Amino acid sequence: MVPKKDVLLQIKDLRIEGYSDENWIEIVHGVDLTLHKGEVLGLIGESGAGKSTIGLAAMGFARDGCRISGGSIEFDGMELTTTPESDLRALRGSRIAYVAQSAAASFNPAHRIIDQHTEAPIQYRIQKRVEAQEDAMELYHRLRLPNPDEIGFRYPHQVSGGQLQRAMTAMAMACRPDLIIFDEPTTALDVTTQIEVLAAIRDIVDQFNTAAIYITHDLAVVAQMADTIKVLLKGEEVEEAPTEQMLDAPSEDYTKSLWAVRSFKRPQKERPAAADAVPIVSVKNVDAAYGKIQVLDDVSFDIYAGMTVAVVGESGSGKSTTARCITGLLPPTKGEILFNGEALPPRYQDRSKDQLRQAQMIYQMADTALNPKIRISEIIGRPAQFYGGLRGAELKNRVDELLDLIELDPAKFYNRFPPELSGGQKQRIGIARALAAEPTFIICDEVTSALDQLVAEGILKLLDKLQQDLNLAYMFITHDLATVRSIADEVVVMQRGKVVEQGPKEKMFTPPHHPYTDLLLSSVPEMDPNWLTTLLEERGTDSIGEAANV
Amino acid sequence: MGDILQLVLKRLGLGVVTLLVISILIFFAVELLPGDIAQAVLGQAATPETVAALREKMGLDQPAILRYFQWLGGALTGDFGVSLISGERVTEAISGRFINTLFLACYAAVIAVPISIILGVIVALLRNTLFDRVANVVTLTSISSPEFFLGYILILYLAVKTNYFPAIASLSTDMSFGELLHRTFLPALTLVLVVTAHMMRMTRAAIINLLASPYIEMARLKGVPPWKVIVKHALPNAWAPIINVVALNLAYLITGVVLVEVVFVYPGIGQLLVDAVSKRDFPIVQACCLIFAATFILLNLAADVGSILTNPRLRHPK
Amino acid sequence: MNSFVIGYYALLIGASCLAAYFKQRQIFLLIFSLTLVSFVTGIVGGAPALRSITIAAGLLALAAGVSYAFREFLIIIAPDGVAKELRTAPLTAAFGMFVIFTYAIAGIFAPVIAPFGEAEVISSAFAPADENMLLGADQLGRDMFSRIIYGARNTVGLALVATSLAFIAGALAGLLAATKGGWFDQFMGRLADVIMSIPSLIFALLILSIFGTSLFVIVIVVALIYSPRVFRLTRAVAGNVVVMDYIEAAKLRGEGTWYLIRKEILPNSTAPLVAEFGLEFCFVFLLIAGLSFLGLGIQPPTADWGSMVRENATLISFGELTPLIPAAAIALLTVAVNFVVDWMLFRSSGLKEV
Repeated sequence: MVPKKDVLLQIKDLRIEGYSDENWIEIVHGVDLTLHKGEVLGLIGESGAGKSTIGLAAMGFARDGCRISGGSIEFDGMELTTTPESDLRALRGSRIAYVAQSAAASFNPAHRIIDQHTEAPIQYRIQKRVEAQEDAMELYHRLRLPNPDEIGFRYPHQVSGGQLQRAMTAMAMACRPDLIIFDEPTTALDVTTQIEVLAAIRDIVDQFNTAAIYITHDLAVVAQMADTIKVLLKGEEVEEAPTEQMLDAPSEDYTKSLWAVRSFKRPQKERPAAADAVPIVSVKNVDAAYGKIQVLDDVSFDIYAGMTVAVVGESGSGKSTTARCITGLLPPTKGEILFNGEALPPRYQDRSKDQLRQAQMIYQMADTALNPKIRISEIIGRPAQFYGGLRGAELKNRVDELLDLIELDPAKFYNRFPPELSGGQKQRIGIARALAAEPTFIICDEVTSALDQLVAEGILKLLDKLQQDLNLAYMFITHDLATVRSIADEVVVMQRGKVVEQGPKEKMFTPPHHPYTDLLLSSVPEMDPNWLTTLLEERGTDSIGEAANV
Repeated sequence: MGDILQLVLKRLGLGVVTLLVISILIFFAVELLPGDIAQAVLGQAATPETVAALREKMGLDQPAILRYFQWLGGALTGDFGVSLISGERVTEAISGRFINTLFLACYAAVIAVPISIILGVIVALLRNTLFDRVANVVTLTSISSPEFFLGYILILYLAVKTNYFPAIASLSTDMSFGELLHRTFLPALTLVLVVTAHMMRMTRAAIINLLASPYIEMARLKGVPPWKVIVKHALPNAWAPIINVVALNLAYLITGVVLVEVVFVYPGIGQLLVDAVSKRDFPIVQACCLIFAATFILLNLAADVGSILTNPRLRHPK
Repeated sequence: MNSFVIGYYALLIGASCLAAYFKQRQIFLLIFSLTLVSFVTGIVGGAPALRSITIAAGLLALAAGVSYAFREFLIIIAPDGVAKELRTAPLTAAFGMFVIFTYAIAGIFAPVIAPFGEAEVISSAFAPADENMLLGADQLGRDMFSRIIYGARNTVGLALVATSLAFIAGALAGLLAATKGGWFDQFMGRLADVIMSIPSLIFALLILSIFGTSLFVIVIVVALIYSPRVFRLTRAVAGNVVVMDYIEAAKLRGEGTWYLIRKEILPNSTAPLVAEFGLEFCFVFLLIAGLSFLGLGIQPPTADWGSMVRENATLISFGELTPLIPAAAIALLTVAVNFVVDWMLFRSSGLKEV
């Protein structure tokens, strides 16, 4: 429990409007929030919940195209909604600081890191330049950045993402603010890097007893960081409670459903027992390169009919490149792809219509995967027309059937355009387009990572059902181990273009592991609030800096 | 630093190749002439004998490739041959006028560049205010007006009706520098009006483009005052596009100068070119075109090199 | 100090007080700075200067009124979807549309509107305006007004044909280059670079000096000069579309190049391409006007605005406005098109800058 302390920030009935289509529309509908000195509040919600907007409002700031339309924001006895802009500005950077989602984009490329760090302290005349620089190095030490005395004198593009995120936390600390807003600071990072940043943030907030608002969509992450958690949905508060209570016994249905998402799991299937069974897709000793840079090194694995193979790895591991080799977008430099035992031509241009038809793809970003100017009926109908030669009423029936299959009402969706649909609906259309070709094998490239958890779960269930009905083989590319746990039969772990380990799911999730698999598995945050502490103790503090380099 | 040097050298090489290709274009375009130059110069009435004589005199009996290299070699040493009409050496006809044209362009540039960048920054700072909208309408109008329209308006109001400045920018050798500036003020002002509007709009666009970047939001959230956000955080990253805009407009000055010279009867290379075109004096046309194209390419090259040098990612490689 | 001057300042100061009272900060700033400017110009230029300011303001108000009415008119007659877009059009864009509309009418119905033929000599050279001749006569005694009306047909028509040719060639090459990629893309890119590194007016002059100044040559030259610009833009716009996953999906389906261009790429590039057409038209129009002004464009006796400026330029030294009228006609149309394009670009940029 949080001990009773002085109130630092008190937001009452906050209303924020956004400008779209010539109208002001309310996007935050009267949220209350109380934060005490030294307390960390986790704001959690799906996209569109208004968490970032509320976080910025706590600084008296509204993005271009937004405005604070009602309520009060009281920071340490000062009413921010009526404070003139120049006084608000004096508050920002000195007493309230902000840590943005993408440090790589939020550092100015034209200036050295330390010059951006010292900008606020010098401007507020808290420190002279030399003092400020020494202080910056001190903070870099505390945040365990490599070469802390030297790293600040580099330019942002010369430093890795995880290190930049820590440097940005240091920058937020420069004036020792009373409050820091962390806006999804680890979302853009790989899991193994995420841990270092989480640990660094937690340490420094503890050391200086700074209050913080930690914004994220990841429950497990917020469980490690926050004293109190507030759940938001569409600009309204769902509930607020101390972390442990919130995790153990959420009271609202919506919160419970969020908690339950990760419970979907289906039984693992085994490979066909027959010795002469031929895999649908077989990747054999494939090397691939972009120009002179080799990105795949001797990659081999098999996918059998009706089974799901998850290909797991962090960014840059080569999992998407493998998919590009299979589809023929990137011809391998060595090795071959077999389809039902027959070698496929390496370039997609040389493949037959039937070969193209059999392997389909579903993309991560449904926004860019569907042509915004073509009606749903034509998006789904085109493959059926192109491969199956369907026309007229036959074609319409087929499209209706496909829409039924993905659980969307044909009467409602037949004539619409993609931009009118929600993210989950678009992803379903993407699935229908793949199904329209009547394939035997589908590559799912991070299909759920751009979606909110509840929606993602729906998509996973749909994919599972389709697999049962149509005996499809899936290659499931993902970085999210929770997804792997729920849907995979076999797992292939990739790192820097190589397969480090592969096998049936149950075996992969039980020790002993390959060291990299172990690192990957242990880095995935768990809902236990003590998870991070325990993990750091197990690994030993010294290993954190090197964790990502294993 | 090795990367930068390599990039710069690559651009320089590309510039030389482009110039070479253009010299080929300019030379061989004339070869496309129906008949040949001698015929074109003398007209239909000429006897075959006179045509043949001229042909021999101009060396037209030699293969075109050979003549191209002779011409190029001459051009590189400053010898563009002889005018077909007056018989004067082309280099002599051009050199004095070329300096006049350069002077006019520089005069306009010196006024226009600082004004337009400063105004562009101010307009970006005041974006979406009434001032910004008025500036938008005014600059659009200015860009859309032909140079001769602006030129004649200025003549009408600042020369004919009020007599502040001379309507005709004639030069003489014994003029003082102040007198020179006064005489050439109207043509320079015409160029300034056209170019400033364009540069201002592009500067504004370059800066506003950057204002959407997360690092600008970060600067604002650090409590940096608005003018400093623009000057310290946006401007250093906007140099590359701004340099390109400036170069583009300076290059435009070089062409715009042709029309303005005609309006103000200014003794520059542009007027010479227009005369030569209507008289079909090909050596002069070729020489002028090559000089204009070379200046144009040189400016674009300077812009490329400038944007490479101001790019922090290239200046401080990993 | 006459009553006009007193009334003038009284009106301005009254208006600024009203604006200040109703807290219209920007309008107040505008009116009050106009007042201050008037003080200066009034002292320098006297009452006539103030009169010119009043006339200018009146014209501006008239233009705004016409634009407003025209926009409302368009909103009423347009179908729903278009009407919704039109409502977002600023007055400048409405003004632009109105001007383009007027020019189109003048061009199409030129023989009906013009009282005389374009080459018809009806009076002495430079005869002043009378009830017969709205704008007086030109250097050969032809009716200025009729020639300006015919000019709308000739000058604008030529520019339209040339722009269309440049646009079709450039856009097609750009779409093909973006879809095909590889050596074709590389080659076209280099070719465009070379052509664009010759200043356009200079290039035109070079070609015209060789082939003479026939209309056919002008159209070809203009297309040659401007198609690389269209190519570059189309290539860039289509380049952004080509990297989309839906293009990859269509390619992997085995669709041909023509299907990709027609169905997948073109519908997603129309907005910037239409705007580009407007911009190109402005460039082409100004280039052709410039050539005509130099005596190298449309040849007499065909009425053409650029050459009309040149032919009547001597009148300027007598303080006459007449030669400025065709020049103003050129400027007005270019401004109008630019206003519309500006609005379309703003719409298609997805309202990034709110």
